[in-house]
Parts: sequence; C-alpha cells; structure tokens
Amino acid sequence: MINNEDTITAIATPRGNSGVGIIRISGDKAIAIADKIIRSRQGKSLDLFSADTYSAHYGFVYREDKILDEIICIVYKKPGSYTGEDVIEICCHGGMYVLDLVLSLIQENGARLAEPGEFTRRAFLNGRMDLTQAESVMDIISSENEFSRANSMSHLTGSLRNKISEMREKIIHETAFIESALDDPEHYEIDEEYKSHLNDIVSGIGSEISDILKRSADVIYLKNGVDTVIAGKPNVGKSSLLNLFLGYDRAIVTSLPGTTRDVISERISIEGLVLNLIDTAGIRNSSDEIESIGIEKTKEHIEKADLVLFLMDASKEPDEEDRLIASLIKEKPCIVILNKTDLDIRFGEDRVEEIIKSPAVLMSVKERIGEKELREKIQSLFIKNEIKDKDIYITNKRQSDSFKEAALSLSRVSGSIKQGMSEDVYTVDLMDAYARLGEMIGEDISDDLADRIFSEFCMGK
Amino acid sequence: MIIENYEAAVIGAGHAGCEAALALARNGIKTIVFTVSINSIALMPCNPNIGGSSKGHLVREIDALGGEMAHVIDRTFIQSKMLNKSKGPAVHSLRAQADKAEYSKEMRRVLERQENLDIKQAEVTEIFTDDEKNVTGIKIRTGIEYKVKAVVLCTGVYLKARCLCGEAITYTGPNGLQAANSLSESLMNLGIKIHRFKTGTPARISEDSIDFSKMVPQYGDVPVVPFSFSTDPEDVQKEQVKSYLTHTTEKTHEVIRRNLDRSPMYSGVIEGVGPRYCPSIEDKVVKFSDKESHQVFLEPEGLSTDEWYIDGMSSSLPEDVQTEMYRTVPGLENCRIVRNAYAIEYDCIPGKQLKHSLEFKDVHGLFSGGQINGSSGYEEAAAQGLIAGINAAMMILSKEAITIDRSEGYIGVLIDDLVTKESSEPYRMMTSRAEYRLMLRQDNADLRLRRKGFEAGLISKEQMDALFEKEESIKNEIERVSGINVKVTDELKEIMKRAGSTAISTGVTMEELIRRPELSYDMLSPVDPNRPDLSKEIREQVNINIKYRGYIEREERQISQYKKALEQIIPVNINYDNVSNIRIEARQKLADIRPETIVQASMIQGISPSDIQVLMVYIKSMGSRS
Repeated sequence: MINNEDTITAIATPRGNSGVGIIRISGDKAIAIADKIIRSRQGKSLDLFSADTYSAHYGFVYREDKILDEIICIVYKKPGSYTGEDVIEICCHGGMYVLDLVLSLIQENGARLAEPGEFTRRAFLNGRMDLTQAESVMDIISSENEFSRANSMSHLTGSLRNKISEMREKIIHETAFIESALDDPEHYEIDEEYKSHLNDIVSGIGSEISDILKRSADVIYLKNGVDTVIAGKPNVGKSSLLNLFLGYDRAIVTSLPGTTRDVISERISIEGLVLNLIDTAGIRNSSDEIESIGIEKTKEHIEKADLVLFLMDASKEPDEEDRLIASLIKEKPCIVILNKTDLDIRFGEDRVEEIIKSPAVLMSVKERIGEKELREKIQSLFIKNEIKDKDIYITNKRQSDSFKEAALSLSRVSGSIKQGMSEDVYTVDLMDAYARLGEMIGEDISDDLADRIFSEFCMGK
Repeated sequence: MIIENYEAAVIGAGHAGCEAALALARNGIKTIVFTVSINSIALMPCNPNIGGSSKGHLVREIDALGGEMAHVIDRTFIQSKMLNKSKGPAVHSLRAQADKAEYSKEMRRVLERQENLDIKQAEVTEIFTDDEKNVTGIKIRTGIEYKVKAVVLCTGVYLKARCLCGEAITYTGPNGLQAANSLSESLMNLGIKIHRFKTGTPARISEDSIDFSKMVPQYGDVPVVPFSFSTDPEDVQKEQVKSYLTHTTEKTHEVIRRNLDRSPMYSGVIEGVGPRYCPSIEDKVVKFSDKESHQVFLEPEGLSTDEWYIDGMSSSLPEDVQTEMYRTVPGLENCRIVRNAYAIEYDCIPGKQLKHSLEFKDVHGLFSGGQINGSSGYEEAAAQGLIAGINAAMMILSKEAITIDRSEGYIGVLIDDLVTKESSEPYRMMTSRAEYRLMLRQDNADLRLRRKGFEAGLISKEQMDALFEKEESIKNEIERVSGINVKVTDELKEIMKRAGSTAISTGVTMEELIRRPELSYDMLSPVDPNRPDLSKEIREQVNINIKYRGYIEREERQISQYKKALEQIIPVNINYDNVSNIRIEARQKLADIRPETIVQASMIQGISPSDIQVLMVYIKSMGSRS
C-alpha cells in the first residue's frame, strides 16, 4: 500500500498547556522506535517487542542519557489497532514544551510527522472503519467546540449509520417487491393501493431527510461558524464594532494562519456561536474601504457571507453609498446596525425598510449600548431549532450532497406515481436513492436487489 | 483415426449449440455439431415457453444480432402474449408457448439446410490441445478424432447428469437421454474447474385426466406480435391454444410437509445447488410457509401430444407422493402422470474462467456457452451460444472478438454477470439485473445491436440499410413534433377531455403533449395534419423516446459515467501479492479472476469498497513509479 515503509507520528491531543499529552506513532517501526527511546528508571530496556498488545508500560523517555519525561507507553499490535498497523501511544506529563522535545526525538529515530488526518486515512485504507466513521473522525480532529465533538462521537457510534441503513432497508424492500411484480406479473400485482403505500414510504423518508438537513444547517453553523461580513460606508463605525467584539472576547480570539479561507482574519464567539469575520483586516486598515477595495471585492465578500452586519449612521439621512451597499446585501441574512445613537437620531428603526428589509438594532458602539440586543438577534437568526446532542446530523458537504440527491430521487418517485408514469420507472429513482444513501456509509449495491427478490418473494415456476 | 477435418466443432445441439453452430457456419467456417441424440436437437426438456420477462428481451437481442431462435419460435408457437403490457415499455416482455416437437424439428431443418454445417450423432469424450494450450482437435466415443481450430462447449445439463425422483436415481440426461460421462474429466485435465448445479421440472399429465372446468382459461393476445424484427406480423396471426390457471391448496401443502423426509433435496441426497428463482414446490411450501396457496399454470406441450406441463409444481418427491400431491389441486383430482417430475444434477463450470468473449482464459480456441456456464433457461443458453459461436468464428477469421457491454444489451449483462460474479446457483436473467433497463427495451433491440450483428457477419448489407433508414425516420419525426406549436382547436380539446388530460392554453409543443402520461403520439394524430405516414414500429419508437426522455437521459448519464469508470484499467502486470493491506480473501479473488477494470473488480462478490480503495491507490502508485 501507500508509504508502506513509512512510520508516522504526531501529537494526538489538542495543543495547549494541559498536564498530559499523548504522542502517537504508527507503522512498522513504531515499536522499534519506542523500544529505543523508552527505558526504565534504571536505564534498562522495556523489551516492547515481546510486550502483549494493549499492554501499558511505565518508563522514561531518554535522549541519550538524559531523561526528558516520565511516561506511560501503550502498545497496540497490528491489526488490532486504530490504524491497523503497529501503534504506540506515549502519554507524557511534561506539557507542550516537553511534548515537542519527545516528538522531535521520535522523528530523529525514523518516523515522519503525520499529515493531518493521516492516521484516519490509514485506518480507512486498512479496513478499520467505513467512510462515515472516517469522516466523523476527521470532524473530531477539526472540531473546535464541545458541541461538534459530541456530534462527531454520535456518528462514530453509528446513529447516523443506523438511520441511513433503516432508510435503505425500506427502499430496497419496496424495490424488490416492484421488481418481483415486473418479473413475475402472474404472481405479483402493483395495484393502486400499493402505489399509495409506496408514495407514503418515499414521502416519509423524504421528509425525514429534509428534517435532518434542516437541523443540520444549524449544526453546520455551530460547527464551522457563521461567515460574517461587516459592511458599511467609511467612518460609520466598522472598526469600532470589531474592537468591541474583540475586546469583550479577547480570550477566545483565534487567528488562523495558513487556513484556506484566507479572507477570514478573526473568529469571535457569541454564546457558543462562532462568527468568522471576513476581511476584517481591510476594515481595520482602511478608512475609505469601499474606494480602496472596490465594489467588486465587497460584493464578492458579501456573496460568501452567511451573515452581513450592515452598519448605518443613525444620526444622518442615508445617502447614495448606503443605498448602494444595501443593494448588494438584498438577498442575504442581514442585521442593520443603526450606530451612533449617542448623537441625535435622524434615521430610526421605523425607517430602515426604506433601504432594506432586515431586522435592525439601535447601537452606540462607542458607548457600548445595544450590544446585548445585537448578540440576541444574531443568535436567533442562526439557531432556529432546539438542538439535542442525541440527534442525528449531517456535518460534512459530501454527506449532505448525497442526502439531498437521495431526497430528490425519492421525490421523483412520488412525482412518477402522481403523474401516472409506468411502474418500471419507479425503481430507477428508488435505486438511485438507495445508491446515494449507500455512498454516505460507504456501501455499494451490487447483488443486494437480487438477493432480496429471492429471499422475500416467492418467484417463478 | 481421422476421417474428416473441420475448422470448428460444437459439442451439443441444444439452444446454445444450434446458435453457435449457425453463427460459425454462416461465417463460412466448416463446422460440425455433435449431439448425443439426433432427436434432441433444440429440445425443450422443461417448460414449453420461449420468452417471458427479460427472456423475451434476450430473444429479441439474439434476433438483432442475426441468431435463429426468434425465427423458429415465430413459426412454431401455439400461444403468444405480451406480458406487462399495462406497465412501461421497458418491461414489456413477449412470451410464446411453443409446440415443442415442431420447434425441435424446425430448428433441425435450419441446421440441416445450412451450408458449411454438418450434424453428427456422437458423444464427444476428449478435447486435445498442443503444449501451449491451443485447441487442436476432439475425439468421440468410437475413437474417431477430428482436427479443429476451435471448440464450442454447449453441453447443457448432460455432463455427468443424474436424475432424481424420490429414492429413484438414474444416471441419464433429461428424458432418459444418454449422459456425457467422459468429457468432464478431459476438461479437468485441461485445468478447468468444475462444479455441480441442479435444476428440476414438474410432471407432465395426460389431457383426458384433467378437469378443465375447475380452472380459469388463459388466452393469447390478438393480434400477436412476432419475436423477429424480420417476421411479417401478418404471418403470425393464427388460432391459438388456451392454457389454464389453477392453484395449490392447504391439502397440497399438507401432503408435501408430511413427505419432506422423502425428498432427496431435504434428505441430503442432492448435492447440487438449485436455483432460488425456480424453486420446487417443496421449497415454496417450506420457505414461504405463510402463503396458503401458490398459482399453478397448465400449458399444453404441443398440438400433436396429449401431455400438459404443470407450471409451478416442479418436484423431486417420489412418484407416489407426486401423484397424491398433484391430485389435491382443483381440476387434477383424477390426474394421471405421463412423465414424473424430477430433479437433475449436472457438471458445469464456474464462469469466471471465461473471458467476455466466452473463450476460456487459459485454453485458446475453447469457447463455452449455455447451461454449462452456470445459467438456466433456453434463451440465456441461446444468447451465450450465439456469442461463443460468433467469437469462435472471429478467432478463426483472425478478427477482434465481439463483446456486448452491460449498457448495450441484456446479453451483455448476462455474460458479464456470469464471467465476473461468483455464482452459487443457476443464473436466470431478470430485468432487475439490468442497470440500464429503460434503454435496453425489447422494442429497440435492433437499434441497439444490429451493428454488432453486422460486424459478426450475421446481418446483411440490406438489413443494415433498412436499419439506417429506420433510425433516420425516428430522429426526423422526433425533431418535427418538438417544433410544432399546438393550436388549441375543439378537436384537440375533445381528445384531451376523453383522455382525462388537463386543458392547455397556447404555446405548448406537440412533444410536450405526447410526454403527458395519459396522451400518446398516436392519439394526437388527428390534430397533426402534416404527420408523415410511418410504420407502427417507428411510431412506437417516437412515442417511447419522447415520453421517457427525462428518465432515459438520467440513465444515459449514468451509462456515460459508468463507461468513464470502465476506462480505469487495472494493469495486466499487477501482482496482487504486492498489494499489501488488502484482505487475504480479496487478494485471492482478484488474483483468481484478474478483472480488467476497476468496475469489474468492484462487482466481484466479496470485494469490499475499502479493498477497491486500496487497489485504486496501489494502481495510482504503480503509475507514478513507472
């Protein structure tokens, strides 16, 4: 397989100055490396080669004769490990700095630093997990808050998988019946009653899918954050608003160097909902942003946004520039912030709809007035449904695309029934939905149908 | 001793053997076809039907490719029905009841009259090859040898055949015909793997012992639609026989349950694996115990015989139990059995030893078609015999093999399934096995496959010209109707009202109206004054193509994606031992079957999606290394 000779390593616990950290090594050399760098207090070898799988060993990591850390080492022998290869986990106690030292020592001894998700990829390729599980692990790796971690865990235990399997079960049963009737018309009949039964089944699954997708939209915001643009003409208070957010939430401000979404420069949290502020750098640096980055660029950012915070000056009559910006926002979820209420209000909430049909809040960013109301408005815009940890969510794009396709195929079955299309076309879309759902859990369809027909329906001569 | 030389030999003259022999001879190849009995040419030892769901498609495809089955059944049927007529065109399936004796005689006549083809009654006992495993000749029971370049195996159920009727076992083929007991060994000596399947047939009952008044008569269609694209429909309009419908009763099931221990299938005497789709009545009663009754059809075996076939009640129970059982069926209370129901076991080969051309992967010049490849059914056999015969001819003529893709025909699905999938029971065609069913209709088999028939040397230049003309007319007419803006006249309103179609305003094209499920191309002809005079076949194609365009386009998209995936070729020099991290079972299977593409690999039973992932990654890394 790929990189068969490679042994990979990485720090498996989140970075941060917690007391304990785990370093994982996977590959053919994992045990050899651990055996070389870990010894007893007396400097004796632990002989990890002859250790049982899943056994834990107390020892010390040595760089030459110097002890770096006191550790517990766990041995997982292939194929019964996470990746299916030999795996060593070293639980260190010395904090981030020591973890880094141990990691470089392991690299010096022949392991290479794992790429993001590489352990999971190996696990998938070695048949240790299916696609949904693998993706959920990837989600865990990238999840930043407790909620999305809990959701990832529920995928792992298979509640999404069970739900999808249940849907597929229903679809394949109906398909097998229809096929039996087509194949053996003298024994099985598709009558009007059956058609209405089939319609109930497919619409039922269809609405289950759309419920899950609806709830998932909220989850996706919770997980990935809401891409937010602060818009408004120069000097209306954009940078002050940003500083207000940052000032209050400094502790959880994260900068994201090297992220692919290069336009996001700040992340802030509003009661657990993360806002990814797009192009805030531009806002900070430029006093006449519209002119400097151009209408096109603004438009582009607004198009990408899930939310636009549109700042207007409440102390002045709206001008052409305000109207221009409003016209760019039109279709987007937007909250109008009427700033500078510390001055005389000339343009109040009651007149906002002259410019744009969006909810508005009165604020004085300078005086920190109206901030609570703004936060509540943002929350209510994105968290529409109550979210329970136990429920099932789709959290990545591939899964939600497949889910949507499956729902579309099922709605086509209903359409065919309503239009009075012939029965043989039902199964085209039923099997399509079956295949799409199968993609989500990494199962294919070969032979399922024939087996069903034979086992559930009495065929032939 | 060698008496005479031929270029090709076909072993067996059943439905596969006849098609194979004709395909060879019609390509100008000097061919000999062997049969254990001259009276068993194109024998129908089981049901009296040709066609039926998905099998009717196969017969049409055989005809499109230039095979013979459709012509012969058009001349010898005694009842004909288009099944599923109330359903969509993709599942319309033609089924005819044959006069069995006439069918056999008629096919024999075709063989006898065919130039370059000789028939010989003899049991073939051995196949010879040279050191490089190229076929060189065969030997028959009398010791005579024939030198040939190609051999097509169409041995049906005759290899080491064994018939079981309760405790009574005979070592014969169907109807007491001689079994072929030596050839299996010769095949094994060539390195060919053999396994054992079983199938069965119901009893034949004499007409004067049946009370038809207790059954529901079943009639054929009027008018009859012929199987062959070249049969004139007027030639097949004739008087048809009736068949009858009755059913098993609780009493029937009780008799079966009470005697299960005497069924060789349940007592363990039968070793072969039987087909799930064609279960014996014992199987049906045991597996579907909640069903109180099963349908039974009575069909005449022919016009010149008194025997009736009891469709739905095949069995291997002993004769006394059979009699008791059949007599519990309404109308059969006093029935007399002419021929007992029996089960038959036979040697056949796991199909994965074959290429898609139906030539053995490891024995050059040896082809195989029909029930020996693990299929069941006359039509499945004929289809494979035709392809095996065509490719034996292509080999001798040094031409490229002709294969049919899954997206081109049911024959393609059939052969692909047989040669790539692990099979544990005789394989029967079903429409659900075809992924591209809406395109693979029985009505357009000629449009799909005639070109291949021409390549195979079995379709004439004139037939091709006719095909091109038909294609052109269909295309032009579809274009024409999509350009017509329909005027809302009183006549149109009346037509639509009668069909229960919702009223329209202006700006609707004729095509859009045809697409409505409740309307059709023909119904709208009164409001389409410039419509050209077209044949029924062409009108049908126009109608179907317009109506199902959306679905067909979706299928076409799937087919083009599928073909793209097919292009991912597995390098021939791949050594599966080097593909580590693939499960051992998967590695053995891949090494065994040696699929040519990723798609074929993914269809092998027991190969999981993650095996495929690993394989794809490995192939990629092979590519980047070289």
